[in-house]
Amino acid sequence: MSMHPPHSSAIPDPAYDAETRQLEQTWASPPGFFAWFTHVNQTNIGMRFIVTGFVFFLLGVILALLMRWQLAVPENTVMGPELYNQIFSMHGITMMFLFAIPVMEGVAVYIIPLMLGTRDMTFPRLNAFGYWIYLIAGIMMYIALFLNIAPDAGWFSYPPLAGAAFSPGLGLDFYTTVITFMEISALVAAIELIATIFKCKVPGMSLNRMPIFVWSILVMSFMIVFALPPLVIASLMLALDRMAGMQFFTAASGDPVLWQHLFWFFGHPEVYIIFIPALGMISSIIITFTQRPIFGYIPIVLSIVSIGFIGFGLWVHHMFTAGLPQLGANFFTASSAMIAIPSGVQIFCWIATLWGSKPRMDTPMLYVMGFFLIFIIGGLSGVMVASVPFDMQAHDTYFVVAHFHYVLVGGALFPLIGGVHYWYPKFTGRMMSERLGKWTFWVTFIGFNLTFFPMHQLGLQGMPRRVYTYIDGLGWNQLNLFVSLSAVILALGFVMTLLNALISLKRGKSAGDNPWNADTLEWATSSPPPSYNFRHIRIVDSRYPLWSGTGGLEQNAVVHGIRSDRREILLTSILESHPEARQPLPGPSPWPFWLAVAVALTFAGMMLHLAIPLIGFLLCFAAITGWIWPRSGRAAA
Amino acid sequence: MSLRTSLRPLQAHASQPWAAIRHGINKTLLAGWALLASTAVHANASSQSSLDPQGPLAGSIAKLFWGMLIGGGLILAAVAVLIFIALYKGKIAAEPQPLTFRQSRNLVLVSGVVIPALILTVFVISSAGINRELVAPMPEDAMTIRVTGHQWWWEIDYLDQAGNIIAKTANEVRIPVDTPVKFALEASDVIHSFWIPQLNGKTDMIPGKTNITWVQASKPGRYRGQCTEFCGKQHAKMAFHVEAMTQDDYAGWLQQQASPAREPSTEAQQRGRAVFLKSSCVMCHSIRGTTAMASVAPDLTHIGSRKSLAAGSIENNAAISPRGF
Repeated sequence: MSMHPPHSSAIPDPAYDAETRQLEQTWASPPGFFAWFTHVNQTNIGMRFIVTGFVFFLLGVILALLMRWQLAVPENTVMGPELYNQIFSMHGITMMFLFAIPVMEGVAVYIIPLMLGTRDMTFPRLNAFGYWIYLIAGIMMYIALFLNIAPDAGWFSYPPLAGAAFSPGLGLDFYTTVITFMEISALVAAIELIATIFKCKVPGMSLNRMPIFVWSILVMSFMIVFALPPLVIASLMLALDRMAGMQFFTAASGDPVLWQHLFWFFGHPEVYIIFIPALGMISSIIITFTQRPIFGYIPIVLSIVSIGFIGFGLWVHHMFTAGLPQLGANFFTASSAMIAIPSGVQIFCWIATLWGSKPRMDTPMLYVMGFFLIFIIGGLSGVMVASVPFDMQAHDTYFVVAHFHYVLVGGALFPLIGGVHYWYPKFTGRMMSERLGKWTFWVTFIGFNLTFFPMHQLGLQGMPRRVYTYIDGLGWNQLNLFVSLSAVILALGFVMTLLNALISLKRGKSAGDNPWNADTLEWATSSPPPSYNFRHIRIVDSRYPLWSGTGGLEQNAVVHGIRSDRREILLTSILESHPEARQPLPGPSPWPFWLAVAVALTFAGMMLHLAIPLIGFLLCFAAITGWIWPRSGRAAA
Repeated sequence: MSLRTSLRPLQAHASQPWAAIRHGINKTLLAGWALLASTAVHANASSQSSLDPQGPLAGSIAKLFWGMLIGGGLILAAVAVLIFIALYKGKIAAEPQPLTFRQSRNLVLVSGVVIPALILTVFVISSAGINRELVAPMPEDAMTIRVTGHQWWWEIDYLDQAGNIIAKTANEVRIPVDTPVKFALEASDVIHSFWIPQLNGKTDMIPGKTNITWVQASKPGRYRGQCTEFCGKQHAKMAFHVEAMTQDDYAGWLQQQASPAREPSTEAQQRGRAVFLKSSCVMCHSIRGTTAMASVAPDLTHIGSRKSLAAGSIENNAAISPRGF
């Protein structure tokens, strides 16, 4: 491939020259409490997503422990059904909507521009707007829980139970309105990630040289763009059912099963939206820790893309017991089983890469090993429940609870924790404690298996999900007590990871730019990265840019001519990454925050009075006007 | 196992420490297995386990499960061994020894594509085959029981061939053994799900629709069922029992249920009836043969003949049973 960057030359890199100072000034996030609401730099926003996501994760863990406390013994009276039903609903809502998607997007927002070698994302203010939407929505859900008016019909909220007739309180109104606007956050981040990945790769990073993690985020983002609109529409329809009597999902003149189709048309891809970034993280970690190129780059990328497609063709396996025609149901057995093939291809590409290598068995790699075992068990139980007859026994029992915790915790959370250990030096400039990390891994791994494996048996012995209590004498007592005690070990593991992250902030070993000798561009800048990410925009000529050259910047070509007196990035072509244009970017602004407040008011206001959305709409209009108001000498959004 | 019995052989082997230790390990393993076995036995003693099928339908599903479990276990073991070998090869070698391109490609193609495709084909076909057994056409003259899910109880109607109600009960289903029984499942308010793990898988009860399933019990007995679609506050307590009876017993029982409630004979029974009919009970419940004819809550005709109360959550024993109704 021939490269024609506008100006490329080997230039010496004085440590701190006038241009570096200029870049610092241009890209700085203004200090101060109020200015904090105006930040738009991708590293700031990405880190906020990650930290907020883990705060919600810990809240979700606390809810899980409360549930296990109630279920430790039969007919326990720690809490009544009213509270338990809110807690299990909020556990699901928290983990799916407030933790998994935002945290994966947060890692992507932080890491992707660095991996692509660019200075920021394409729409920085949109990025900030997405974060504020997410934060406001999450806080609103937890305010509802503390006021004892949280949604109590599950994260799936099936009508007619979730309709106005059977759930008259505000709880389900919180669900319908907050979910509707919260998804704006995921959607804008996805759109922005797609635009950034397509247009901001450094020259030479053609699609077939993109790191696999970038591919996984690209596929995740496309899945979000196609999967979330059905949920937004469905939850809006449910909101209208409840507030305006529209009868979309009532048995009388609508169809309760329609909700299930719409919800799972979102809900199943959602699982892969969480899982696919984790696959990318595993590839990154395996490449770095084996210190060799991955085997089967193309099959792995194709597997990720095909999981992205097949993921949309499985939703009916959540509805095998709803009385749909049997032939159709068996078709969905086949499509669900099919997902095992691209997953298998990836796992064996990783094994081929690991074969005969001497991998560095540091904490991130341990989590990858943990992933292998847990995810394969979860994948196998997933194939089991894909069978219509077996699912008729297992559906809505603890077997399914065990299954999806194996795939989501093993398949997504373990790689994510591994990824946090892996990128922590980049985030903070310090290493996490390796000793504590290894101990933590074993506590988490053992705690996880002790907690969730017995749930398979509980489900087979007939214990349904979403029950706040169970009677004595069904043979469930010992296992439930065992599971509840084990859950404490698992939670301890999570707390240890949190402590490790906090302690290492101050006490961790200094990391340097590239502590793992990794291959991708995020390691080619200081840790943590400066506000402008890279002093020089590089030109790359391989899939493993930091391994292929001699390493020194002097030997590598860089792009010349990007302005440093205003925020500016280089746009390149989608396929070959030829330089195309210089794009000015907007700087800090308070308007994304105000627009998020106005949007929240518009949607949440529906709960109180249908006139409030009208006022909210006007406020949104005002905020958008402020956002796009032209300023002399500044770039427009 | 008492401590003393496990100590005695230890002393006997005291002269041979190795043997003693091995014996001790064996004993411990044995105790572990015994514990596992006891929970397994306990599991079988419970009346809501899908692993303890009591009819041909649940039996086929259980067989499918065991087949999948063995297959899945072998796959898990194979992949784990492969990962172990992969890492062990590197560990024992002085330098990393990667696979050649051809070896890697064959590993991925064979274990990642060809073998899974074969296994999954077998899986899909056997799953569909068992599914066919489960939904095979029922006999034309199969008896039909209509179950309607309510928040949080089960209304049960025994229908004749023309679809008319022979008898109405609640929260307890009686069926004859060795007979396929068709269930027409409906719901009056929200979605519920009808599940008797020992007899068949679950089927949802959706308002505005009628779903069909069938069950068959191989021997007389009592099988617990429970609602498995979250249906609100008391979802956890929405249970019921199935009583499988011999065909003769069943015929007699149905005839008795079809008749109105017996007239109270003792003074206590008469007083009970007066209390019931004068209080707010009649706003919701009905008892055939009396003036109580409301239908928002379970029909209480012949409630003394039922074995449990309150949607399967408490035993209907003499201490609380309102005899005579």
